[in-house]
Amino acid sequence: MAIETQTAPPKVRLDPVRWMRDNLFSSWANSILTVVAVALLYSIGQPTLRWLFTQADWGVVIANLKLLMVGQYPLDQVWRVWLSLLLTMAMLGVSKGVWSQVVGLVGPAYVLGLTLLAVQPFPFYGLTNRLWLAACAAVLIGGWWLGRRYGPSLAFRNGVSWAWVLLLPLVLLLLRGIEPLLPVIPTRAWGGLLLTFVLAITTIVFSFPIGVLLAVGRRSPLPAVSLFSTIYIEVFRGVPLVTVLFMFLIMLPLFVPGSESTDNIIRAIVGFTLFTAAYIAENVRGGLQSIPKGQYEAAKAVGLNPFLTMALVILPQALRIVIPSNVSQYVSLYKDTALVVVAGGGMLELLGISRNIANQPEFLGKFIEALVFAGVLYWIFAFSMSYIARRLEAELGMSKR
Amino acid sequence: MSQQAATLPTQSPPFWRDLRFLTIGGQILFVLLVALVAGTLYANVTQGMARLGMTAGFSFMNSTAGFEISQKIVPFEPQDSYWRAFQVGVVNTLVVAMVGIALATLLGIIVGVSQLSPNWLVAQLARTYVITFRNIPLLLQLFFWYFGVFQALPNVRQSIELPGHIYLNSRGLVIPWLEGNPTAGTWWLLVGASVLVAGGVMYALKVRQDRTGQQAPGLLIGAGIVAGTAGLGMLLLNPFTVTIPELQRFNFQGGLRISIEYTALVVGLVIYTGAFIAEHVRAGIQGISKGQSEAARALGLKRGQMLRLVILPQALRIIIPPTTNEYLNLTKNSSLAIAIGYPDLFNVSRTILNQTGQAVSVILLIMASYLTISLFTSLLMNLYNQRVRLVER
Repeated sequence: MAIETQTAPPKVRLDPVRWMRDNLFSSWANSILTVVAVALLYSIGQPTLRWLFTQADWGVVIANLKLLMVGQYPLDQVWRVWLSLLLTMAMLGVSKGVWSQVVGLVGPAYVLGLTLLAVQPFPFYGLTNRLWLAACAAVLIGGWWLGRRYGPSLAFRNGVSWAWVLLLPLVLLLLRGIEPLLPVIPTRAWGGLLLTFVLAITTIVFSFPIGVLLAVGRRSPLPAVSLFSTIYIEVFRGVPLVTVLFMFLIMLPLFVPGSESTDNIIRAIVGFTLFTAAYIAENVRGGLQSIPKGQYEAAKAVGLNPFLTMALVILPQALRIVIPSNVSQYVSLYKDTALVVVAGGGMLELLGISRNIANQPEFLGKFIEALVFAGVLYWIFAFSMSYIARRLEAELGMSKR
Repeated sequence: MSQQAATLPTQSPPFWRDLRFLTIGGQILFVLLVALVAGTLYANVTQGMARLGMTAGFSFMNSTAGFEISQKIVPFEPQDSYWRAFQVGVVNTLVVAMVGIALATLLGIIVGVSQLSPNWLVAQLARTYVITFRNIPLLLQLFFWYFGVFQALPNVRQSIELPGHIYLNSRGLVIPWLEGNPTAGTWWLLVGASVLVAGGVMYALKVRQDRTGQQAPGLLIGAGIVAGTAGLGMLLLNPFTVTIPELQRFNFQGGLRISIEYTALVVGLVIYTGAFIAEHVRAGIQGISKGQSEAARALGLKRGQMLRLVILPQALRIIIPPTTNEYLNLTKNSSLAIAIGYPDLFNVSRTILNQTGQAVSVILLIMASYLTISLFTSLLMNLYNQRVRLVER
């Protein structure tokens, strides 16, 4: 059978049939597999689709869209969140223009998604929100154009990298406010997806330098330093994140008197940071180990002291290698921010809000709808990040060879 | 200029630039700093403990627990001590971790290989599964399985019946189970002995193959010895009675009932971790260069031999280290049991903490337990990893 199809001259054959024969029914075993897969697909897909479109009651999500996105953030100040998103989208656009290969389909997909959300016909949200969404799509495209236009210039590319670094404190400042200019919004009021992002991004910023220090410390020839780093890393990697969070949320006052009034969000960030730093340290250590000894010797030969050797020769190379694995670590951190729901402390990030809105009397028992919506939001950004990490890996790997 | 350079080596550098001084002095400073921080924390903790009426040590663990644990393998009564309750929690965590690791490995291998299947539909299904479940928080998935799927199952009277007398309802999963007869001990001894014999035979066959090149299906013979002994023992000794669950008035009689908390936790952990393992398996197999399989075929190996003797030993080298991490993650993630009310180590300990208020001791106990489990698992996997590495070199 298989031989026949190969020796027969390629006549005018309907392409789909040929494709199916090649890809789905190339042998007996393959045909059986195809049938099994179709059966599996049907048995999972049919009830799922039926639930999604006929049984699920999405009222719980639509009525609480603002809570899910920003929590208790005051409605008249929500423009600050929108502005932060706008800035981020502009940066994403510029990056797509400059590093087209790495950002890949994330850029066009976000433009498409934002545009669709801006023009979709259902009255889930008002005109203002639609305009913001459209503006986000517009700055993404504008940034993209700008990035393509000036991307070849090295100074511009370095500027973009620094702008990303500066974007984070700027956005945090914008969200929190400075007294005479912008009213301060207490972090208690932050919630939903906004809080998820704040937790994740702040932790990323703080855990990176600590992780690098720990990695260098673990490989240090000084026994006291390397012993301390090793113990720190192994202890934090050996215990579950929930227990670390639990400790910082519930027991911090015991260790630091007078910290009873410390913001729960800050406590959670400290817990996340100390935990993530241990994992980042292990990634960076892997990068440090992959730097050939010749680099150290060369640095010594040009007269650099150990500190400068690390800072100018070894770390720049090692950190470049570990970018993809660090991004993966950040993706799992982003997902792990959901753990504050079980660790206590009353923070209502995306998952916490989803659980709470299903307790509203009019939406009692609509937990699954809220969960599915939250799951889709988590998925979009986690997938975008891992997609970029994969592309980055390919890109860096190519330049290495 | 040159004169100065010539005299430099004889001068010893000032002490603040002397490397020996710097390393020792720096370390002393570092140790002092760490000691200072640790000392402050220690002082704060002892003060805080005194303020909140906590005592150091673990003597409180001997008092009566007074709470019930819904699921346990080791027997437990409310009048038992906190230590006993803690042990129940540890065993529950281990049971979740071991079953979860076994099933996640199985799922991960199947899906990982499926991702490379020449069958387009199978490969796409596997890929979709991986990218979906990898990118959603585990906690959300656990909520979904517990509240959305298992709690929504029909009640006992309308149990869903699966082939092989397996019943599923909102109170748990009921499966047929084996009940040991008095002869069970003898049977286990026999099976153990047959495993030893089989190992010896397989080793002897391998030695003979190394010496003479004569091949024998060693694995098949070994498995045959064990299976034969076990089967014969079953017939002659009658060591087990199979109890099949039967629906009585209010509940099932016989069989083994597994709670929905446990089932949801294991299902959630397996589906989440399986997606990660599948990626490692795929990467491992793809990491072997095509020349290896071509060379194996050129030597005349069959497809099975090629996979077993050429591809897998090399792929395992790539797969094992990241998979070890997944096993550790699964074990640590089982602490999310607290979200759906399964009494694992963390959940039971938190109950103990709430009842006694001995926060410091209990937290120390929790951390020490997880550290021990983690270190032990990575030790085992490192041993296996070394063995695989030896095969390769």
